[in-house]
Amino acid sequence: MTSTNGNGHRNGIGRVRGYSAWSLLRHGLSRSDWPRAWHDRELRPSYDAVIIGGGVHGLATAYYLAKNHGMTNVAVLDRSYIGGGGSGRNTSILRSNYLTPEGVRFYDRSVKLYEHLAADLNFNVMFSQRGHLTLAHNDASMRTMAWRTEVNKLQGVESAVIGPGEVKELVPYLDTSAETRYPILGALYHPPGGVVRHDAVVWGYARAADAHGVHIHQKTEVTGIDVERGRVTGVQTTRGRIATPVVLNATAGWSSLISDMAGVAMPVQTFPLQAAVTEPVRPFLDTVVVSGTLHVYVSQTDRGELVFGASVDPFASYSMRGSLEFTEGIAGHVLELMPALAKMRLLRQWAGLCDMTPDYSPIMGPTPVEGFYVDVGWGTYGFKAGPVSGEAMAACLAEGKPPEIISAFGLDRFLSGRLVGEKGAAAVGH
Amino acid sequence: MMLLPCPWCGPRNAGEFKYAGEGGARPDPATTTPEEWRRYLYFHANTRGWVTESWYHGAGCRRWLVVERHTLTHEVREVRDAVQVAREGAR
Repeated sequence: MTSTNGNGHRNGIGRVRGYSAWSLLRHGLSRSDWPRAWHDRELRPSYDAVIIGGGVHGLATAYYLAKNHGMTNVAVLDRSYIGGGGSGRNTSILRSNYLTPEGVRFYDRSVKLYEHLAADLNFNVMFSQRGHLTLAHNDASMRTMAWRTEVNKLQGVESAVIGPGEVKELVPYLDTSAETRYPILGALYHPPGGVVRHDAVVWGYARAADAHGVHIHQKTEVTGIDVERGRVTGVQTTRGRIATPVVLNATAGWSSLISDMAGVAMPVQTFPLQAAVTEPVRPFLDTVVVSGTLHVYVSQTDRGELVFGASVDPFASYSMRGSLEFTEGIAGHVLELMPALAKMRLLRQWAGLCDMTPDYSPIMGPTPVEGFYVDVGWGTYGFKAGPVSGEAMAACLAEGKPPEIISAFGLDRFLSGRLVGEKGAAAVGH
Repeated sequence: MMLLPCPWCGPRNAGEFKYAGEGGARPDPATTTPEEWRRYLYFHANTRGWVTESWYHGAGCRRWLVVERHTLTHEVREVRDAVQVAREGAR
């Protein structure tokens, strides 16, 4: 698998500088440095397409544009460094047990792409399909989970409602007694769900896109989008103007601000979501545990730390600072589920920005401005959708119209009232 | 933590308040089109900077308030009682 980039250098994923057991041994013995996984290129005055946002969505779109559609004269711009936004701030949970048929189909395609991503990118993304449990603490949750199970099964996605006994078998540390404030009545069990190393996904896509000739420009902030007679003609950046007929807004936390530059209004409100990680302990939790009622999700990393995430903060904000309320709240909720963790210490907390849409589904596809496309409104569920979004947006950019798998997620649905209501499965369900 | 200086209760933790977000002129439901109504419901300025928004002091004076807040720094410039703001506007 080799290609020639715009500078005439031979690049390749498979032979020229592929990662393998042999290359690991060779570098280990010779103690030589590994070559850079991707390069800093000269900014060209024009590109066939410019992707704003160097996260998993933007980089995956660039990769699939090159791989599936032969478009390699493409730039990915990021105001900071790649993977520094939502792609590096999520809790890296993957699942596809959504509520609407459109949502289940879409996220299931993403899980399928993740299953083969390490081989496809020649980069170990450490996808661990350890199973995903969404706990139910009341009758309404049990009903929603029965509903989700049936929708999932019809779409061929493995899901089942299980009782407290089976929950206890899967996660012995959970307090499944009836005496708690929110007793566990059952759970939605989703065996294909799991966790992945989110930085590796970003780096893997960046390296593979770079090898196909895509330019990745970090520390390049977009300051304006040129629109003439309803068509995109270029973008203004802190490093100069780039002429291009196609611009994709693949940002999170900046989706309103970037779309405003093209004069496109967004049905989005930005909220921070906080997460935290504990000191590492021995492995004891080999599934992902989520409680919508308690606004918490917990998983254990390969290093042994527990990763906690919550729901979005209670008011709109662009601030990525942590708050004491969050720390107190999440600790209380985790201890409600697993009292045995009382002596564990939090190591750090952080926040990421979530662009919430009215129906908890994303906004993907063309806009009223010709050549300006969006892949935004990713709320709290963007990371898990990275591969399928990249694949679908690449098709959309190359062909000028959205493929069937994202046809329900267009910007026009908000004014026509065809919402794709995912709140029951997306809000705090990671 | 963010403190909101309630005009009736003094500076209080934001957790005591219910956030209601950006205000906007509501179209007349009797005459507006479905598209205009949905635009009013779903689309937001989502400003990064100073905004004027509605908060409800549910755990305090139970009054609706008009808050001027910076969405990046959480600095609060002014908090006024919504009824007083409405009366001033009607004058």
